[in-house]
Amino acid sequence: MSTEILMPALSPTMTEGNLSKWLIKKGDTVKAGDLIAEIETDKATMEVEAVDEGVVLDLLFKEGEANIPVNKAIAIIGDPNEKVEIKKEHPIEKVIEEKKIEKNIETKIENKKDDVIDTPSPKIEEDRNLSSEEITMRQALRDTMAEEMRKDNKVFILGEEVAEYQGAYKVTQGLLQEFGKERVLDTPISEHGFTGLAVGAAFKGLRPILEFMTFNFSMQAIDQIINSAAKTLYMSGGQINCPIVFRGPNGAAAQVAAQHSQDFSSWYSQVPGLKVIAPSTPYNAKGLLRSAISDPNPVIFLENEILYGLKGPVNNDINFSIPIGKANIEKEGKDLTIVTYSIMLQKSKEAALRLKEEYNLDAEIIDLQTLRPLDTETILNSVKKTNRLITVEESWPFGSVGSEIANIVQRDAFDYLDSPVIKVNSADVPMPYALSLEKLYLPQVDDIINAAKKVSYIK
Amino acid sequence: MKKLQKADYIKMYSFMLKIRRFEERAAQLYGMGKIGGFCHLYIGQEAVVVGILMTIDKNDSVVTTYRDHGHMIARGLDPKRIMAELTGREDGYSAGKGGSMHMFSKENNFYGGHGIVGAQVPIGTGIAFTHKYNGEKNICRTYIGDGAMNNGQVFEAFNLAALWKLPVLYIIENNKYGMGTSVDRAAAGLDLYKRGEAFGIPGEKVDGMNVFSVIEAADKAGKYVREGNGPYIIEVQTYRYRGHSMSDPAKYRTKEELDNYKQTDPIEIVKTEILKKKIATNDEIEKINKDTLEEIKNAAEFATNSPFPKDSELYTDVYL
Repeated sequence: MSTEILMPALSPTMTEGNLSKWLIKKGDTVKAGDLIAEIETDKATMEVEAVDEGVVLDLLFKEGEANIPVNKAIAIIGDPNEKVEIKKEHPIEKVIEEKKIEKNIETKIENKKDDVIDTPSPKIEEDRNLSSEEITMRQALRDTMAEEMRKDNKVFILGEEVAEYQGAYKVTQGLLQEFGKERVLDTPISEHGFTGLAVGAAFKGLRPILEFMTFNFSMQAIDQIINSAAKTLYMSGGQINCPIVFRGPNGAAAQVAAQHSQDFSSWYSQVPGLKVIAPSTPYNAKGLLRSAISDPNPVIFLENEILYGLKGPVNNDINFSIPIGKANIEKEGKDLTIVTYSIMLQKSKEAALRLKEEYNLDAEIIDLQTLRPLDTETILNSVKKTNRLITVEESWPFGSVGSEIANIVQRDAFDYLDSPVIKVNSADVPMPYALSLEKLYLPQVDDIINAAKKVSYIK
Repeated sequence: MKKLQKADYIKMYSFMLKIRRFEERAAQLYGMGKIGGFCHLYIGQEAVVVGILMTIDKNDSVVTTYRDHGHMIARGLDPKRIMAELTGREDGYSAGKGGSMHMFSKENNFYGGHGIVGAQVPIGTGIAFTHKYNGEKNICRTYIGDGAMNNGQVFEAFNLAALWKLPVLYIIENNKYGMGTSVDRAAAGLDLYKRGEAFGIPGEKVDGMNVFSVIEAADKAGKYVREGNGPYIIEVQTYRYRGHSMSDPAKYRTKEELDNYKQTDPIEIVKTEILKKKIATNDEIEKINKDTLEEIKNAAEFATNSPFPKDSELYTDVYL
């Protein structure tokens, strides 16, 4: 019997890989544990071992072939005397298709790994310095850090695996080589300690960029972020500021379950003294990170792992920045307002397209970009125009950013509302592991559409 | 050992006395309702900070705990403005927004005054990191209470300081009690100065009631750190005469224990030495006593007459 060797998923978010090298050839006999190929992912190049045994009957891709989807057959092994057949689909995909689950508006999901193509808003397309080349969010972040480090030697970066490993998510790739180990520091797995250290360095005048491998681990250090970084300017009567950027991926990745999938946007947005930013595209990631690094206050910069591979044009001017506290009207519309941020911008855009096509609803999309200070003016002006509002975010529903927006809008634009504000959040449970449940947990395009229908009184 | 001049003896005596008179006056103002919240007095521990400060360079940094009044006085900061912070007035070092536990003076490299037990330790380590990063020869003195020595972030900071050879001098002020819990009920292993051993950080234990012992140890340790050898730990054995804070009656210890420590009062030790060495006469000492009392009385008056912060100050200094 023959067996297919499939392109393996070598990380939770890997969707495709490049076949950099075959370590076997047709006719070889392979035993379990033998190295068979080198695969390059978005994060690293890794060797792959055989699990099954047999003779290599065929290699389905050549060395150097790129973007081979995960679970695609790349080789066939088996008994040379048997006939080879290639399976058409992978069972996982089938499971998901079969899982059609009724959804309600306040809870939902869909963790598509390939919904990461950004179409820039009309406003951004007007930017005369827009690059013709599209780069990933990862690279946009990296480039901005490098540009700022070139300008000011008080800027340095520290965190777990940021230097020699080149970043757990490759966001700091090449920085060690350019700036050296004095300015790009690998820390032990010691968040409480190195966060306090970075805060002390900022008090004393340096401008640290602190990478949390993910914001889940910032919980270990949250006392230093809130009690030390956020409050000391106030407690010192304005003497001691803390120019630091805390950055890293926030929210759900893919099937990493409860302790590694949490959205902290509303937690940090609650704290006076902190500024909180959540970029959604390579374009605004660049502009916002530059503002964050230049800011004299502590800034929480919430990235998203799934968005690291999102490609889009950027403004390559090394002084280009987007002001903190300013939302972007991603798409103008007249029938309802969708306020969102981070990864949910992409889902909101998808929903807006379908709302137009299927219900002739023209949605206005506001990408908050900054969560604190919140651009209430842009939100209120939009609601006064459309009279209907939904908020879309990945965080838990209780006390979320959307909750505060709903409060502000009912207080300051009550007479303009034609329907109650509806929030679309993740489910009010810890993140489950199972793919099917994870999808249910996260807000999905259908949830946004259902919320939009509800505020528009469409059955 | 640093060679002490006659003027040094007078300086030490004056500062220690000033701290004690300040704290007594603060207790009085607290009793009168002029000082609110938490208020932690330094009485009994004066020799620690004064001894350490005798060896400091003015560009060195310091960071300490919430028991910080004495640290600021020893740093040469103005008792008027310290007391005004305790009374929550606009002339206070933090403009009335920090209070007793959260006082800072950036121009004097005094980085607080931290209210969370242990939090100042990574912060002080980060300030030391900055001295090194900037190529400065200065060091950061980071004070730690005995209670914080069971706090995880302290060991994370030790590890980082040793790993990166940071110029930080850790000074454990072991006053025997973390609030109401004695060290032997909180720490497994009573030699707190040995807790850096696993990281290769040298440490030693010093009699903190005797300022001369403190100076000797601080001088040696300071040189070691300043020469780029990495961190060093001094555990200073001291004792607070008062409770943990103003609201603590200190019933967890005996009167005999307290009286016993008072026999080795740090201020008396210096005074005796001054008289023995004939550095000053009894009359001269009396004059210092009188002047100090007067200075602190004035500070209390200043602090109770300084205006409360303006209402508009509520919303300032949140962001720069």
